[in-house]
Amino acid sequence: MTLDIDTWIQVAAFVGGGLAMGFGAIGAAIGEGFTASEANLAISRTPKISGDIFKNMLVGQAIAESAAIFALVVAMILLFTDFSGQSILMVSVLLAAGLSMGFGAIGSGIGSGFPAGEACVGMSRQPAMSGQLTTNMLIGSAVCQTPSIFALVISFILLFSDFSGLPIAPTWAAILGTGFAVGLAAIGSGLGGGLVAQTSCEGMARQPTSASTVTNIMLLAQAVTQTPAIYGILIAFILLFKGFTPTASLPAAMALLAAGLCMGFGAIGPGIGIGNTGRSAVRWIARNKESTADLTRIMLVGQAVCESTAIYSLVVALVLIFVI
Amino acid sequence: MAIEGTHLVQAAAFLGAGLSMGLGAIGPGVGEGLVGSKACEAIGKNPGEAGLLTRTMLVGQAVSESTGIYALVIALLLLFVV
Repeated sequence: MTLDIDTWIQVAAFVGGGLAMGFGAIGAAIGEGFTASEANLAISRTPKISGDIFKNMLVGQAIAESAAIFALVVAMILLFTDFSGQSILMVSVLLAAGLSMGFGAIGSGIGSGFPAGEACVGMSRQPAMSGQLTTNMLIGSAVCQTPSIFALVISFILLFSDFSGLPIAPTWAAILGTGFAVGLAAIGSGLGGGLVAQTSCEGMARQPTSASTVTNIMLLAQAVTQTPAIYGILIAFILLFKGFTPTASLPAAMALLAAGLCMGFGAIGPGIGIGNTGRSAVRWIARNKESTADLTRIMLVGQAVCESTAIYSLVVALVLIFVI
Repeated sequence: MAIEGTHLVQAAAFLGAGLSMGLGAIGPGVGEGLVGSKACEAIGKNPGEAGLLTRTMLVGQAVSESTGIYALVIALLLLFVV
């Protein structure tokens, strides 16, 4: 049995679509489940404002859902676009588009659920703060979504760019690496950003007087949390646009694939760790506003140390791309 | 295309280097985050001891970092020595 190029491209499109939606559904479902469980807790505490809490739960869940909707869109495009008549390189392009969006939606989906749940609990604790809590939740969840948006951007670039003029080897490996780099790197940052936003909602409800400080420090901590995802998209752009000299050598191709895997996996841990540090800092700044300066300093020092392993991964990935 | 043994070994070394550093970075990242998180909590509870707590946090994180450095060393060995 011989299979022509169009058949392989169709196979890759369907497998990519399955991977995108399968992995992409994990995060949002967990995050929304967490939100709903916290909302139940909140309503049992303060049944009087159950309507407000219910509305807030739905708004928060809608944001967490967006990561999964991105995955659905990419999966639909993979299923219903006609990719026939293109080079065999499209096999790796379509797989990478699916992997990037599938992995990329996990962290943001889980992460966005945390602030939404905590905002519901906060409303039951301080009904007077409901409006501010919803606003803070929206800001925090929006930042959590950025890693999944990075993944969506890379998926769209992969799906709608013309790769016909490029050499098949080693570009196929670079493109697969792109998918892994941006997709896996988004997991840690999405999750970490959610941890920070969660305690900012908690702190705001406990100490309404420190609301503005808490929002500011949350944004600072979330910005640091996003850095591993930014390293991921940086490596993805380098792999996509550097342009590699044609070579049939297997080591040259594997080096590019390894660069993507290295940066992708390497960004997961630091993203979660940085988020965890920011989470405690924001929680205690809310309770102990006088120590804001001390806490911000130690948070940034702690986050910088967490960042180091992401930087090692970045260095190894760059060595794999440019030195080897 | 015939794949020679030396090429296969070289390709595996590169892939191994990427996986070593990538997977090796997960643990230290999460672990150092726990240390940083508890240090922030401790300073929140007892701001007077900020200096001592910062020192303890950094020493703890340095120890936690060591496995990340092992991963880096192995990655560099796979890339340049083996």
